[in-house]
Amino acid sequence: MTNVTKSRPLSPHLQIYKFVPTMAMSIIHRITGAALYVGTVLVAAWLVAAASGPDYFSWVNWFFGSILGQLILVGYTWALIHHLLGGLRHILWDVGLGYEKHFANRLAIANLVASVVVTLLIWAAVLLFV
Amino acid sequence: MDMRTPLGKVRGLGSARSGTEHFWRVRTTALALVPLLLFYVVFLIMYAGRPYEEVLAALANPFVSVITALTIVASVIHMKLGMEEIIQDYIHSEGLKLSLLVLNTFFSLFVGGFCLFAGLKIAFAG
Repeated sequence: MTNVTKSRPLSPHLQIYKFVPTMAMSIIHRITGAALYVGTVLVAAWLVAAASGPDYFSWVNWFFGSILGQLILVGYTWALIHHLLGGLRHILWDVGLGYEKHFANRLAIANLVASVVVTLLIWAAVLLFV
Repeated sequence: MDMRTPLGKVRGLGSARSGTEHFWRVRTTALALVPLLLFYVVFLIMYAGRPYEEVLAALANPFVSVITALTIVASVIHMKLGMEEIIQDYIHSEGLKLSLLVLNTFFSLFVGGFCLFAGLKIAFAG
């Protein structure tokens, strides 16, 4: 008898489909989510340091103030804003709106552009306040 | 032959052993996190680079403390559920999948526990 499971046809995989922005935004939403997940360690480090006293706090602040720390924080800000805006896009779909393909693609691109712009605005504000 | 009505099957929750709970919790925590995190973004913009005493006093403010605690709880639930979905999508070996699901729960609660304790210590003990 032939192996039934193995002789079943496979559905076509990703590479045969034409690229559309919503595809890219879908995986970026997941990647930014995973990055935010890992980054909670940094949030915990900051809060625990604040609870532990000025010495620990200044040490953690030194790290966040270093070039590496600043790069991580800018990336983290972008991941947060991108994931947040992407989440709102998903809520829109969840209530049954925004499925028209041209609109969905424009919204996906707007999500990416807005996430970069908002990240830059946040960091401009940080630099102005310091 | 299955004699159950469609409603009975739905109540039995089927082979996934859960209904729309996962989906619903992801969305509820997501909605909660929008204002909570926007508050924190503004808070961090205001207090970035400020001296320790000033930051601590701001974090110890009762309103900020409650927002901190709520943000931590909502984030922990949301991140745990999100990572669960990633693991279930990409890991197909049963043993590894179950191990990662357990580790995911532990990691989320571990991070959440530290954050919550730190937040409460600042609020109550300074």
